[in-house]
Amino acid sequence: MTFEGENMSLQGRKHDAAYNFAYLDEQTKRMIRRAILKGLAIPGYQVPFASREMPMPYGWGTGGVQVSAATLTPDDTLKVIDQGADDTTNAVSIRKFFERTAGVATTEATDAATVIQTRHRIPEAPLTEDQVLVYQVPIPEPLRFLEPRETETRKMHSLGEYGLMHVKLYEDISRHGAIATSYAYPVKVEGGYVMDPSPIPKFDNPKLSDCPAIQLFGAGREQRIYALPPYTRVASLDFEDHPFEPSKADHPCDLCGSQGSYLDEVITDDRGGRIFVCSDTDYCRTRREAGHTGPQGAPDAEARS
Amino acid sequence: MHAQALEGGFTDAPTQAAQAFRAAMSAMARPGRIESADGVAPPAPVSPAAGALLLTLCDPETPLHLAGDHDTPEVRDWVTFHAGAPLVGAEAAQFALGTWAAVAPLDVYAIGTPEYPDRSATLIVEVAHLVAEGARLTGPGLCGAAELSLPETEAFRRNAALFPLGLDFFFTHGTRLAALPRTTRVEGT
Repeated sequence: MTFEGENMSLQGRKHDAAYNFAYLDEQTKRMIRRAILKGLAIPGYQVPFASREMPMPYGWGTGGVQVSAATLTPDDTLKVIDQGADDTTNAVSIRKFFERTAGVATTEATDAATVIQTRHRIPEAPLTEDQVLVYQVPIPEPLRFLEPRETETRKMHSLGEYGLMHVKLYEDISRHGAIATSYAYPVKVEGGYVMDPSPIPKFDNPKLSDCPAIQLFGAGREQRIYALPPYTRVASLDFEDHPFEPSKADHPCDLCGSQGSYLDEVITDDRGGRIFVCSDTDYCRTRREAGHTGPQGAPDAEARS
Repeated sequence: MHAQALEGGFTDAPTQAAQAFRAAMSAMARPGRIESADGVAPPAPVSPAAGALLLTLCDPETPLHLAGDHDTPEVRDWVTFHAGAPLVGAEAAQFALGTWAAVAPLDVYAIGTPEYPDRSATLIVEVAHLVAEGARLTGPGLCGAAELSLPETEAFRRNAALFPLGLDFFFTHGTRLAALPRTTRVEGT
């Protein structure tokens, strides 16, 4: 695809010359970059930043897009995940946005990416030290639904006063017999700040901790950036007698047979038919290409013919 | 203003600043890791790495303190032309640039407030050598421990004890840079 004003060079791809590199102006990027550095220096603390209007609605990843724009270099390879999938509207349009405005290479393969922007999943494949994972965050404040006032939640974070959060988890147990929170499950970073990991399923929470990649979180509407440096200790909140349990559907993937990946339930007809498939499309495809087949999956070669 | 103040900035700011920032981010995320940043030619005694950090992070919104020998008319003109950062005393600074002796004493810089620990100064310290040996570093960003040649250890131990308040540091030498956030625990060798 080419664009008016686009200038292809022999060295590689070029971004649409009508835009500054990666869309944002330089002063905005400096402001975001300063916030990212302070976020890395104070893991789990929400750094306020002057979020800009982006050419997409709030809720479509404006925070993640701004963090990615401030992070990308022309040499990067970008992957965008929307709820595990590379091929849904949000992922496709953000990938196209950066292909056009930053001229970066894009990929669907987790191991080929250097920057991964994600909405609500952490890839199944282990991340490496050479990768940056950028989360789109709707509500960055884990205490917001317990205490609506920003002045109060700031004070609670500064005092490490998280009793209210434990009361909420306790009420889950008293009502449902177990901690019913299944996504955006609150975590404690290095024994300090309580942090919202964005609405990832709690199945993904253990991957936050001791991760070799840099993890950045951007909330556009709420104007907050926070971060986890590599190998940061991240603990999901729990109780001694009700320890944290990452959960998933008790089923193998129907396409690739994986027992260990997070699954989406897909309704297949109007008679109650359903299948369970990997939420991480790249992981599922990689497994099928390697010859793994689930109960309902056709072998890869057959599926292609 | 000298004409040479107009020289020595990024020639392609969007991509060079992006590359310099990735070096700075990687350094801050992995304390002690030595990265390189280049692309600018600041007047002496500012190193290319420190110059790249200034042009990547400073602008009219960030008060900058030039400490000691770095406070020359040439450096002032260069910073003013290329970054537009207001030049201030240490107590009002969001960024400071100088040698370890010149940026002292550290207790005058902003360390943030309990509600806003991010409102703290970042110090860019020019050092005579920068190698991955010396003080032992542990903490977030590090798998096990790393080593970095630091000008001293006691000041960084006191700074880490202020967490979540405190200062964050970049160390620069030539085109090389490393960082030490407030979370890093520093032990002498």
